[in-house]
Amino acid sequence: MKKILFIEDESVLQKAFGDVLQQKGYKILSALDGEIGLRMARSEKPDLILLDLILPRLHGFEVLKKLKEDPETKEIPVIVLTNLEKMEDINKAIELGATTYLVKTEYKIEEVIEKIKKIIG
Amino acid sequence: MNITMLKESLAQLNIVTQCRRYGLSLWQCPQFLFVVMGIIIIFTSIFSYLLGVHYIANVETVIFIVLIIAIVLFIISYIITRSFERLAEASRMKSEFINIVSHQLRSPLTNIKWTFELLTSKDLKVPTGKVEEYMENVKENIARMVELIDDLLIVSKIEQGKVPISKKEVFLENLIKDLIERYRIFSEASGIELNLYFQEQTSQVFTDPSLIKLVVENLIDNAIRYTKGPGKVEIKLAREDKRVLFSIKDTGVGIPQKEQGYIFQKFFRAENALKERTRGSGLGLYVCKSIIDNLGGRIWFKSEEGVGTTFYFTLPIK
Repeated sequence: MKKILFIEDESVLQKAFGDVLQQKGYKILSALDGEIGLRMARSEKPDLILLDLILPRLHGFEVLKKLKEDPETKEIPVIVLTNLEKMEDINKAIELGATTYLVKTEYKIEEVIEKIKKIIG
Repeated sequence: MNITMLKESLAQLNIVTQCRRYGLSLWQCPQFLFVVMGIIIIFTSIFSYLLGVHYIANVETVIFIVLIIAIVLFIISYIITRSFERLAEASRMKSEFINIVSHQLRSPLTNIKWTFELLTSKDLKVPTGKVEEYMENVKENIARMVELIDDLLIVSKIEQGKVPISKKEVFLENLIKDLIERYRIFSEASGIELNLYFQEQTSQVFTDPSLIKLVVENLIDNAIRYTKGPGKVEIKLAREDKRVLFSIKDTGVGIPQKEQGYIFQKFFRAENALKERTRGSGLGLYVCKSIIDNLGGRIWFKSEEGVGTTFYFTLPIK
């Protein structure tokens, strides 16, 4: 079973989206802040990371930077899933090594799942 | 530290970057216009000096007159560019305001949208027994949006000078006791002791109860939210001559020294507050200060990072 780490401080999204991914046959690991997210990425080595940007304790960009600097986590694909939609944020995330960048309000849950499937099957 | 400050001041000298910040073309940008005016003044001065030397025998008088003209022109141009600058700053702040507000509204909106998608989807199924939980989430997020919009409406009224004030006799201790009761469950769940201390008959004031309620509510809410783990929040009421002094002391995260000057500014949130809690509009303390100012009182605080914060406000008794 493929493992997905979901780093997101909105517990509502954690629950709802987590339930859906579980139905689709993925194992979900949840982290409610950046620090815990980074720690879990290192210890659990998930197959994919869904990363919000505005996070308590450690900003999403910092998490992404640290993930990509660490040889043990740098190969894990990261989908940035956020409500920030400024071009400079999108460019920064891609430069730091995000696989793709999705603005939450612009996507349906099914579309996000499609993106995940494309990346890890 | 000094190098960063030097770099910052040098960056301010870079007119092109400054103009880009406002999103204006060079010919509409105050700083650029100021430099152009300066150059015009220098050339006009030299030109009038040369003319003067040619026609007036007394060189000192010419220099004096030219100097006066230059100073007057300089002052006028400074005033004009300053007002331009204010307009540009106001417009920049307005777009920043819209940016922040739209982002803050988007988070609960996404939660509602995705939860509804899940509830109504044909392919995706809500796990059995979870429908109620999902509906509760939707309700919570609608409340979050309503709260933000209420805050924004108050801010807009404050800025237009249209806060309706209806004063009457208020017993502050009763008003605060009611609020404390409302926050009891929340504070106990967070392991925080919430207490009120007051002297009998000291807190009767002639003021607007609904506005004061808003202020006290905001302060209690902050004190509980930014106290991590077991802690204490103490509210005190005391009489001081013709005023009532309110204070609320917490054992929370505190406000970093370097950010204390900005705490009452609209949308400002301290770095450690942002880390603890990403939600929050940064409007609460701005609203508190505006209300207390409007009611003829004063609000201030003392804080130490990692130790706690005490907010104080005074209100005139009559």
